[in-house]
Amino acid sequence: MDSLYLLVPFSALLVLALLGLFAWALDAGQFDDLQREGERILATDEPVDGHQASTGAPSKQ
Amino acid sequence: MVNPSVATPPDAVYDDRAVRLFSIAAVVWGVVGMLVGVFIAAELAFPDISLGIPWLSYGRLRPLHTNAVIFAFGGCALMATSYYVVQRTCHVRLLSSKLAELHFWGYQAVIVLAAITLPLGITRGKEYAELEWPIALLLTVVWVIYAIVFFGTIGIRKVRHIYVANWFYGAFIIAVALLHVVNAASIPVSLTKSYSAYAGVQDAMVQWWYGHNAVGFFLTAGFLGMMYYFIPKQAGRPVYSYRLSIVHFWALIFTYMWAGPHHLHYTALPDWVQSVGMMFSLVLLAPSWGGMINGIMTLSGAWHKLRDDPIMKFLIVSLSFYGMSTFEGPMMAIKTVNSLSHYTDWGIAHVHSGALGWVGLITMGSLYYLIPRMFGRQQMYSVRAIELHFWISTIGIVLYIASMWSAGVMEGVMWRSVNSDGTLAYSFVEVVKATFPFYVVRLGGGLLYLTGMLVMAWNTWKTATAGRYQPVIIPLAVANA
Repeated sequence: MDSLYLLVPFSALLVLALLGLFAWALDAGQFDDLQREGERILATDEPVDGHQASTGAPSKQ
Repeated sequence: MVNPSVATPPDAVYDDRAVRLFSIAAVVWGVVGMLVGVFIAAELAFPDISLGIPWLSYGRLRPLHTNAVIFAFGGCALMATSYYVVQRTCHVRLLSSKLAELHFWGYQAVIVLAAITLPLGITRGKEYAELEWPIALLLTVVWVIYAIVFFGTIGIRKVRHIYVANWFYGAFIIAVALLHVVNAASIPVSLTKSYSAYAGVQDAMVQWWYGHNAVGFFLTAGFLGMMYYFIPKQAGRPVYSYRLSIVHFWALIFTYMWAGPHHLHYTALPDWVQSVGMMFSLVLLAPSWGGMINGIMTLSGAWHKLRDDPIMKFLIVSLSFYGMSTFEGPMMAIKTVNSLSHYTDWGIAHVHSGALGWVGLITMGSLYYLIPRMFGRQQMYSVRAIELHFWISTIGIVLYIASMWSAGVMEGVMWRSVNSDGTLAYSFVEVVKATFPFYVVRLGGGLLYLTGMLVMAWNTWKTATAGRYQPVIIPLAVANA
């Protein structure tokens, strides 16, 4: 099964990369305030000629 | 397009041109792909209708159908929604309007080339990876442009947190790129012919490693990105558990990669590899159902929306099909079940419960949210037509999968029936003959689903011609103004 010599190491590398990405996300505070992040997208989008864009409450890094 | 009465700097509004183009393309390709599907379903019941014309033969049109519905309809919908969602959740314009538009036209070129070459019989012969090497190369370039625009937009985001839908879209873009590059490796012998870089069972392993991961990352992860944005938006409430959505994402991508060997049970593939594939397939039940429950429970306490809002019906019923097919899939991956189900129409039933039910309905629901916003309207031209579309499609799906389940189990049982002297009880052609009534019912189901799509195309046309795009202000830009 020569193809496994390609696919298995490839998958192992991928899992390591994903672990790295997960570690970055954890470190970067991506999971710090999940309650708030789940609700943030509900802020309404306003067209240009509509009312003032509401809420949004952007948290600049 | 920009309202001349308001002096708004262009970088203060979202860039929706590519979103609009891709969402219209998704509707158009949806009609085309489903029409081809209905035609080949008719061919299976009434083989003579191809009139002996080779370009209309089942073998050439079937890959055209799968490419059109998966990569053209599904792909354009994923691209439209990902460009919409990444801007709305990152509070920033797309990295580059020009690159996004180049991505659009490049992707349409790939689709058109597929529609020309596949009926001509120009194919690599690999399921869901049929496109010959020049088109595969073009697709690679287009995909890199897509990745640059999408990840570049995340890179310049103004909201520190990356919303979960973007993680799913991002996983879809990266995984499909990797799968495509590994599986498309070929040695060209002419402009229209190449041979796979792998041979025999090695090739089969690479192909199904690709094939099942395409299901996992194209048809699942990408559309889950849609689910995690459009269900909360349409319901007007946050996803049931945002924490669970994060767990869903990481659990799914860590466990998906090795389910592929379940497509090769009882073949020359080593037995232990088959068992690994079966085990990973069973593990997948957990994250899949976690995600399904999370999506459906978003409506907890607001179930009346399911009665009043046809878009909500599309979105939530799609999740129930997601739950059904992600239960059925692991069951079919169990070797003993697979010995009955494999190579029968049960597989077709399973695929279409995922494709028509999950992918189709979540896409249609999301597009019904998106399309009016692309033409400065609150709603589609006709909300009653959305309701009509929902019911036609749902009845079509039920007819389709119920007939194919019945045909599949019947085929499996007939194939394995033996007489007392050990000879086969039925010849193959007797089994084919017995499937006829089921194929006719399936054709009816497919026709209904296509009819629903035509209703959607009409509604989209009316919405697009009655409305005019209104630019949308980026929240942060207002705050800084």
